Amino acid sequence: MSAIDAAVIGCSAGGLSALQQILAFLRPDLGIAIVIVSHTGPESANLLPELIGHSCRLPVSEAQEREPVAPGRVYFAPPNYHLLIEPDRTFRLSVDACVCFVRPAANVLFISAADAYRQRLAGLVLTGANADGARGLRAIADLGGICLVQAPETAVADAMPRAALLAVPEAKVVRLEAIAGELDTLCR
Amino acid sequence: MSATEADILDIEVSLFLEALFRRYGYDFRHYAQASIKRRVKALACVLGVPSVSELIARTLRDRSLLPEILAQLSVPVTEMFRDPAVFKLLRDQVLPVLASWPRLKIWQAGCASGEEVYSLAILLDEEGLLERSQIYATDINDSALKKAEAGIFPLSIFDDAERRYRLSGGRRPFSDYSTSAHGFFRMHQHLREHIAFAHHNLVCDGVFCEVQLVLCRNVLIYFDRELQEDVLRLFHDSLGRGGFLCLGTRESLRHGETGGDYAVVDKEHRIFRRAERAVP
Repeated sequence: MSAIDAAVIGCSAGGLSALQQILAFLRPDLGIAIVIVSHTGPESANLLPELIGHSCRLPVSEAQEREPVAPGRVYFAPPNYHLLIEPDRTFRLSVDACVCFVRPAANVLFISAADAYRQRLAGLVLTGANADGARGLRAIADLGGICLVQAPETAVADAMPRAALLAVPEAKVVRLEAIAGELDTLCR
Repeated sequence: MSATEADILDIEVSLFLEALFRRYGYDFRHYAQASIKRRVKALACVLGVPSVSELIARTLRDRSLLPEILAQLSVPVTEMFRDPAVFKLLRDQVLPVLASWPRLKIWQAGCASGEEVYSLAILLDEEGLLERSQIYATDINDSALKKAEAGIFPLSIFDDAERRYRLSGGRRPFSDYSTSAHGFFRMHQHLREHIAFAHHNLVCDGVFCEVQLVLCRNVLIYFDRELQEDVLRLFHDSLGRGGFLCLGTRESLRHGETGGDYAVVDKEHRIFRRAERAVP
């Protein structure tokens, strides 16, 4: 039985190709929800679900307000909104101020998801040029969740994984090419 | 924070909201939980209290904290011409219809510090409707209302605002609408005199007049389903027949029992129009 019900992922600079590499290798019956914050411009149309959808065998969509977080699906935060998960495991949006200069912020998603899923959650911080995700990953670790960080030497921008490792030294460091396999193992 | 501490915090947050309601009548109990919890934690941090329990004690006894509490718990963030495509649609599709009314009343619910209501006033001005328009801009956050009424914004937001104004179909120099000095710009009096700023609480206050356009963007996302329904009913009851409702681009009418009385003007940008005749 799967050790987790959901995985939350945060990424920024270099994130698109890292996500493609990871999501393309996930099996369609993975059985957990995957929720992603990727920093994009505030007025950009949300092209990520479509871009990623081409290479991913799980259904990919933008998270809708009040939608239940369903297993076996991949969700992206909409541009210019924070994405949160409520205790009843439904999505919520907010236009609260930027966190770490970004909206959506991985920290906001991670902290709310840690509350909603406790130890049934994995948090993953990928490539990026700022410190978003570190505080959120700490919250996931504190509530018993599983913490993964992309090995900085495999990241296009290593600031985000390095900041995450400073905040959560006990997180498991995984090379980009091994992340899909790691998620797969957690779900068996 | 351990799992036990997290459980305790959940209890504290819910007790704090109960205390705020019973002591002062402000009801945040039907706000979406994850967001309101973030804000209560931020409030404790701003006030320098070590725990939400202590925040409860201070809230109950110190009424002078109330403005700060409301400021931290309500929605403080807006931008001028946020989602320029929405303003373009208002300009191209909604205002030409509204132009057929001899006098226009517009309600912006949850105006925060006013960036959006000035954007709307600029649109009305450019389409020749401002002179016969009355805009009501309401919020529960009095300190934000005060800022909105002053109409003074930091110059640091000017360039982004101008860029979005252009994307929304604006044709004049954006600087025509304000005077700048000392790192700030102030919106011109002729825009401000058509806006009435007022305290109104969507949770408990009712209809105050009949309007032809309700603009309420990114406020409903903070409410639970029940409160969303109540507020959508309030908007419906405030809108005259043939009036327009504009929500945030990720909000919807789908659960609303009043939803059936609207036609969709633009699905993607969440602009709706109340039916001109009662459905038999």
